[in-house]
Amino acid sequence: MTEPKIKRIFPTHLISSFTSLTKRGSSGWMIVLGSIIVSALVIMTAIGPWVAPYSPTKYGVGPIRSPPSFQHLMGTNHIGQDMFSRILVGGSIMLQISALSVLICFIIGVPLGLFSSYIGGFFDSVVSLVIDAIYAFPGLVIAIAIAAMLGPGVINMALSIAVVYIPSYFRIVRSQVLSIKELTYVEAAKATGAKWYTILYRYIFPNVIPSIVVVATINFADAILTAAGLTFIGLGVTYDIPDWGWDLTNGKTYLASGAWWIIFFPGLMIILLALGFTLIGEGLSELINPKLQR
Amino acid sequence: MGLRTYVITRILLTIPTLLLLLSMVFLVMRVLPGDPADLHFEKKATPEQLAEMRQKLGMDKPLWQQYIDYLWGIFDVGYLLEHHYPNLGKSMQNYEEVGGQIFSAFPATLELAIYSMIIASIIGVLLGVVSSKSYNSVLDHLLRGFGTVTYAIPVFFLGIVFQLIFAVYLHWLPTGLRLHPEVSPPVGLIIPLNPSSTDFFHNFLSSSIAGVVCAALCIAFMKMKRVKFKFKGIIISIAVFFVCWFAYAYLSWYFICLGRFQITTGLYTIDSLLEGNLYTFFESCKALLLPSLTLGIILSGIFLRLTRTNMLETLRLDFVTAARARGLSETTVTYGYALRNAFLPVLTMMGLQFAMLLGGAILTETTFSWPGLGTYIVSRINYRDYTAIQGAVVMFGFFVAIVSLVVDILYAYFDPRIRL
Repeated sequence: MTEPKIKRIFPTHLISSFTSLTKRGSSGWMIVLGSIIVSALVIMTAIGPWVAPYSPTKYGVGPIRSPPSFQHLMGTNHIGQDMFSRILVGGSIMLQISALSVLICFIIGVPLGLFSSYIGGFFDSVVSLVIDAIYAFPGLVIAIAIAAMLGPGVINMALSIAVVYIPSYFRIVRSQVLSIKELTYVEAAKATGAKWYTILYRYIFPNVIPSIVVVATINFADAILTAAGLTFIGLGVTYDIPDWGWDLTNGKTYLASGAWWIIFFPGLMIILLALGFTLIGEGLSELINPKLQR
Repeated sequence: MGLRTYVITRILLTIPTLLLLLSMVFLVMRVLPGDPADLHFEKKATPEQLAEMRQKLGMDKPLWQQYIDYLWGIFDVGYLLEHHYPNLGKSMQNYEEVGGQIFSAFPATLELAIYSMIIASIIGVLLGVVSSKSYNSVLDHLLRGFGTVTYAIPVFFLGIVFQLIFAVYLHWLPTGLRLHPEVSPPVGLIIPLNPSSTDFFHNFLSSSIAGVVCAALCIAFMKMKRVKFKFKGIIISIAVFFVCWFAYAYLSWYFICLGRFQITTGLYTIDSLLEGNLYTFFESCKALLLPSLTLGIILSGIFLRLTRTNMLETLRLDFVTAARARGLSETTVTYGYALRNAFLPVLTMMGLQFAMLLGGAILTETTFSWPGLGTYIVSRINYRDYTAIQGAVVMFGFFVAIVSLVVDILYAYFDPRIRL
């Protein structure tokens, strides 16, 4: 007998699973709070261009460096652009860069980790040595070196950030596979004559997914901060695209005049976005291995 | 495995890691698409300009030869002894030695790193202990929130906010730089040498005496430790004699050539104390406070969480209960018993965090115009000076490798399990 498919008009099941999360203690609250922050910011960025009161790139829509007022909720910057409109749309570059870098990390780091630890031997030792060398190195320095060579641009920044965080995926996958591949069900799969790629994809990979999700969410926060750092150093996208990182960097020049609103709001947005992902990541990791549940 | 074997293995393992790092830096800088010389001129250079630059920087040679030159330059001890910095190539901007520029910028970064590490560990460990003691209370949740938020704040944003509050509005502290421009930087300890001691025979004699004294000390130490004074002991004491002799001779020759005895660490706080100049010390502390506090607070979150987790685990162990049962005060139990045992993982974390700290230091330095390696890299990026960026990255790599080596050895010394 098969269950009749219920067509849900209103996603009550999603809400109920959300509320049940909050009953799991602090980790559930963290996930819920993080998801709310992240989805709010993503929605804000998505609908931003339509609701922005002024054009985010148009010069002189208001007086230069005017403090927050009713006309300009978050003030204006040094060329009279409306900060509130820029904040509304400015998340897109940062979200694109970090999403792309997480994707690249996932595509390269996970298969490499699966394959390397599954076959083991010389290949594994060499790859691990290389990865560990990258891992031990200050991430921002690598990203700076690569981004400086590749030049500005969303894809180039995503690539340079991805190189930094591939090791964290590789290491977590490798350590998990090392223990999983000794389990009896994998041995049974081998005995039935399954090919190595079938074993990796069908039997081992699904068991690694939870840890990868945790790494990916925390990595998302790291990628946002690294992207902001690269922008701050001057390796970011060009100035005619509204971007929180660029606004923050630009605002530093006008610090001495006391124009706090140019830096404060973009900075706050970056913090919120990174905090949202950090909260989700930490909550998930606590949910997966509840170490300190007394 | 004994401690000695572990230390030797660990040192030997550092060599391939370093070689790998250096190769990767070379790979990124030379093999990745885009010719550095061409990029330096923003692709507007005439062929003559390009050829001249390539010839001056040795980039006209085949790639493998450039690679050999690059590695050889870094490990060239003769060059190091002559110039007191390694050969990291020439800058594209003005053909100056990159090594010299980097070594003059390095102490600033080191000073910032040391003080922010101290601040981070003090704040992090103390708050971690407080948080674990008040487990699941409001204070605990607040402190955990602090730990999470510090993870999400960009270093430079916190720095800018501090600048805005303490420098722009309150005028308490300077906005940046290592020292107020009107204060001359400290030079450290300087003792003028008596010119009569410059003669060769005198120098030879005194260094021999130093060698003999050191060898004698070494023998006495071995006797004290009851090492059997056979073939190995003799070899060791002879080696100690020669090393000390050479070191003394080299150093005294160096100071005699300089005409004075000088200790300059490049760390302004220490130099000004060596000089005995309290005013400069005070000024450098004032300049150091905001950058190190910024970086320290950002890092303290990680220490807080780690200390909290370890303390929670340790406080549940039997020996803590036993200590409490013996009637020791709660403070003694917490700090004297539990924290001592929970501290080791935090120490390892400090080593691992050093890499992250250096990344943060680049951004902090840029925020506070702190004249260190980070500011150097950023200014070189603006000039598209790729050889200089490469040199600075290599320097960072060496720094991280040495720090992690030291931390690993320290950890093995404190925790014998790691050596097994």
